[in-house]
Amino acid sequence: MTQRILLLVGTKKGAFILESTDGRRSWSLTGPFCEAWPINHVVGDEATGTILAGGGNEWFGPAVWKTANFGRTWTHSSQGLAYEEGEEPMKAVWSLGRRNGRLYAGVQPAGLFHSDDGGENWQQIKALRDHPSRPHWNPGAGGLILHSMVLDPEDKQQMWVAISAAGVFHSGDGGQSFEPRNSGTRADFFPEGQRYPEFGQCVHCLVAAPGAPLRLYQQNHCGMYRSDDGGVSWQSIEEGLPSSFGFPAAAHPRDRDTLYLLPLNGALEGRYPPDGRCAVWRTRDGGATWSAQRAGLPQENAYFGVLRQAMATDRLDPAGVYFGTSGGELYVSADEGESFSVIEHHLPPVFSVETMVVG
Amino acid sequence: MGAPVVVWLPGALLRLFPQAEGRVEIDAATVSEVMDGLDERYPGMRARLCDETPAIRRHISVFLDGDRVGLDARLAPGAELFVITAISGG
Repeated sequence: MTQRILLLVGTKKGAFILESTDGRRSWSLTGPFCEAWPINHVVGDEATGTILAGGGNEWFGPAVWKTANFGRTWTHSSQGLAYEEGEEPMKAVWSLGRRNGRLYAGVQPAGLFHSDDGGENWQQIKALRDHPSRPHWNPGAGGLILHSMVLDPEDKQQMWVAISAAGVFHSGDGGQSFEPRNSGTRADFFPEGQRYPEFGQCVHCLVAAPGAPLRLYQQNHCGMYRSDDGGVSWQSIEEGLPSSFGFPAAAHPRDRDTLYLLPLNGALEGRYPPDGRCAVWRTRDGGATWSAQRAGLPQENAYFGVLRQAMATDRLDPAGVYFGTSGGELYVSADEGESFSVIEHHLPPVFSVETMVVG
Repeated sequence: MGAPVVVWLPGALLRLFPQAEGRVEIDAATVSEVMDGLDERYPGMRARLCDETPAIRRHISVFLDGDRVGLDARLAPGAELFVITAISGG
């Protein structure tokens, strides 16, 4: 059976699916799907082939879209994707996750929902919304969003979520309770002397290392960090990077020490690759050292951004690395980031990239 | 109850509910009851048009006799409602 490698791309104007059946040498594109709604995240279930897309439309609100035939037909639902009467209305779905048949959706304003029927009906995980820190959560430039979730595949009681700009929160009891886990991460935008708060950090992206349930990486508004104790403490790993600012982080599928970042020049400096020269920065040693991977990437006049969910790896060997830009380009590496090639030039601004391998 | 309310739905909404028609007749005494009737006929439609405030979504307008109305607006038998999407985008 031919192996199908799928890129699931969320954009400002719909979801797209790219497919390669020749080992990532060539790609075909279908879409836009989801009625060209802004789609923040698209994820696939390799076991069933089901693809989910989360987003929100200015007219019609949040929804999770679903296709069981690789995009040919879609349904949509937001049943239960709402807060209590009188609360600020939910604007959009920002992140999707799956564990043991249960789906999770992170939304804006920040909250977490789950579905046990494949995304038809959703229930809020209220403990996060009821956390005593919530009245003090402040939105980042992208809104008050729950954009990252780490679901321990082995221990279904363990989960971490990341909220901009409230920080990282951990639940060790399947979502019955949450606690902030931000010790050691900076909030440079707070007054001097208050830059290491319990919560309020502007985490941009949170990912887990493979095969090491307590190792987490985060790209923050203010630095790059690693934790080896499930976020109880964080260590800076930004030395050697060109900037402490960026959005995405993508973990290697098998090597816990390999991570990919795409630092941008700074929060106030334009948020593009430093000097307009694009590089994916890779560590092979858990962040002790970094190398700039530039082969195949534009080395002049690259003034695009790459958003927090817009970089991914695949599970192949050698691993693929992918990212999409605010300018609508999509870059692919089939050799663990040694070299890249552009496979799409003119997509809408890319919000997210995920991979799926079937067959 | 008298003549049903006539509801005209926007094209962008019909694309989300391919089984729906642009002109719908519903027995209802308020706009909120119209939304319930639409949801009964086309499951999920109320959530597309109303948020949890509860209110008609910010970029959706419902017009009755030329006036923009809210969920509480009362409807006479045979009233005609127009559901309109705001002009927006880019």
